[in-house]
Amino acid sequence: MRLKVESILAEKNLANDVQVIGTGCFGFCEKGPIVKILPDNTFYVQVKPENVEEIINEHIIKGRKVERLLYVDPKTQQHKEDSKHMGFYKKQMRIALRNCGFINPENIDEYIARDGYKALASVLERNDPEGTIEDIKKSGLRGRGGAGFPTGMKWSLCRQNSADQKYMICNADEGDPGAFMDRSILEGDPHTVIEAMAIGGFCIGATKGLIYIRAEYPLAIHRLQVAIAQAREIGLLGPDILGSGFDFDIELRYGAGAFVCGEETALIHSMEGLRGEPTFKPPFPAVQGYLKKPSNVNNVETFANIPVIINKGWEWFSSIGTEKSKGTKVFALAGQINNVGLIEVPMGITLREIIFEIGGGIKGGKKFKAVQTGGPSGGCLTEKFLDTPIDYENLVAAGSMMGSGGMIVMDETSCMVSVAKFYLDFTVEESCGKCSPCRIGNKRMNEILYKITKGNGTMEDLDELRNLAHVIKDTALCGLGQTSPNPVLSTIDNFWDEYVAHVVDKKCPAGQCKALKQYVIDPDKCKGCTACARNCPVNAISGTVKNPHEIDQKACIKCGTCYEKCKFNAISII
Amino acid sequence: MDKIIIKMKKEVREKIIEICNRFNNNPGELINVLHATQDFLGYLPAEAQELIAECLHIPTAKVYGVVSFYAFFTMTPKGKYPISVCLGTACYVRGAEKILDAFKKELNLEVGQTTPDGLFSLTCLRCVGACGLAPVAMVGDKVYGRLAPADVKNIVKEYKDLEAANA
Repeated sequence: MRLKVESILAEKNLANDVQVIGTGCFGFCEKGPIVKILPDNTFYVQVKPENVEEIINEHIIKGRKVERLLYVDPKTQQHKEDSKHMGFYKKQMRIALRNCGFINPENIDEYIARDGYKALASVLERNDPEGTIEDIKKSGLRGRGGAGFPTGMKWSLCRQNSADQKYMICNADEGDPGAFMDRSILEGDPHTVIEAMAIGGFCIGATKGLIYIRAEYPLAIHRLQVAIAQAREIGLLGPDILGSGFDFDIELRYGAGAFVCGEETALIHSMEGLRGEPTFKPPFPAVQGYLKKPSNVNNVETFANIPVIINKGWEWFSSIGTEKSKGTKVFALAGQINNVGLIEVPMGITLREIIFEIGGGIKGGKKFKAVQTGGPSGGCLTEKFLDTPIDYENLVAAGSMMGSGGMIVMDETSCMVSVAKFYLDFTVEESCGKCSPCRIGNKRMNEILYKITKGNGTMEDLDELRNLAHVIKDTALCGLGQTSPNPVLSTIDNFWDEYVAHVVDKKCPAGQCKALKQYVIDPDKCKGCTACARNCPVNAISGTVKNPHEIDQKACIKCGTCYEKCKFNAISII
Repeated sequence: MDKIIIKMKKEVREKIIEICNRFNNNPGELINVLHATQDFLGYLPAEAQELIAECLHIPTAKVYGVVSFYAFFTMTPKGKYPISVCLGTACYVRGAEKILDAFKKELNLEVGQTTPDGLFSLTCLRCVGACGLAPVAMVGDKVYGRLAPADVKNIVKEYKDLEAANA
């Protein structure tokens, strides 16, 4: 598409008048590919290469908008030309994502033009690391990786420990399935992370920065490498930054696909070239971290907030959000929802606003059933939580957690027992194996869930699930183990009836569990065409031509072939 | 030890030694060494792990411990066209399991295996960050989004045709 735009512009001798920018994610993935034209901020959605010529001819040369390619508001059927007026963007507030979609991430000048590195310069000029840490504390910024530890506090703990070398570490090991916030920030605005790490390094007294990033994100790695090289070239990284006498440089370290490495002690072991197994805290990384030196680990999104807090002041930042959770949070909105994408919203917004206003409601007009936040450490929230203001405390009280920002919306066709099973499959696979509650306990819970979805569960199994979940919560070594039973506990609490239906009635209300489905033929509708019997792979269907057929439930393997082949809608699933 | 080394080509051996030297034979760089070796060989056979252990002066068991810990490292060679099906949550709720089943059936493969002709291998991965296109599968670096089980046949055919055209 980009090549096409450039070649047509060149053809029409417009190459010098129109600048083409490959930018980071706009966030509205559902409607991609997106082309935005400035200065009037026109937002074209689902553009195909063959539309390019039309856009250039009409919009750029003749100054007329191509109505057909504008976003259509699903409620009013009106065309929205400016993204600011779209339901998807109206309720959003972009701090961490402020530059994503506005700058070319591979050009440091564009970042600088939007106040980039201004915060670093002012922190160095002020030359009062403790004062800066105090400002971060007062802003109320808390860790965006999920647990929500106050960032300023973390920095000051690390500052207190003296050592010949300290490390400022960025956790970019985004392992939560269904989350892509950090990836978008790193791909769309890598300099903000570099600037914030340098600020943090100055505050805690570290001269070395390390970014631990997943090897699965090649584009993010590339953009970081480009950004680091550019920053070094103009002296924003390296020795004596801006003549302040402060030295700071950043190296990349690659993850290799282990979810547990998002836990800070595990991450540090992985950077040392070891298996990524967590260790007991204390000692905290602020005392003994990377190579046994004091280290500070923050998440990508946390860093992305820092320069803005310094530029606009802590008072401004702490005015956003709720009493205990300040600022905004980025969520990756996905699942059975109309507007899949990356959003940034002020803390205190409700789930209803996110799902039904920004997200545009449930796909296909189906009914909302649950929303999962916090990934494998979080839980499923039901309709009764839709009006709860989102912050760290409220989500924990509701049985879930903030997590890194995955938000998966489910409709009535999702079976909650299967969802719990899905997350436990993940935990069992990703458990590092060091402590037995997580290694063995989760495995046992997973087996019980399999038993239930196969129709062999008993009421005692449900008690056992609860019991195991509490033991794991109380005894696992690291944060990941302690939160791993959350998907099970929250689904048991919120969807008890669904579990009972699986166990007692041997039915899956959502119709997802294959073993609990029953295919039956309605004798009134069956014309005896024999299509089902001929196609049944296990010969479970009997009957003669022009007479109603019957399915032998014992032989049936529930493959659904008969259901697909029947032309008379005579077969139903109960 | 000698017997094992003979199994590896001289160039391969030299290349691995060069990789270890590039990282100063520092045990702390083990994961980066393994990344570089896997980039070059496509997988990490036992012989390569032994050689790396020797260069870095650490026990082979430690190298194996790291290789087997991380999902990104593999000890079996991948196919020429490695297929990865995303089983992240967003893809899962939009039917990724059915896509995976369709690939298994089409290629007669289980997850983690490679076809006997070495063309295709099948793996699962957790989230490529393209949740807007769920469900998603990747063949090499190419992403296929908004998949239905019926699309699987055509994807496999695309690469079989490509192979036939190159032959």
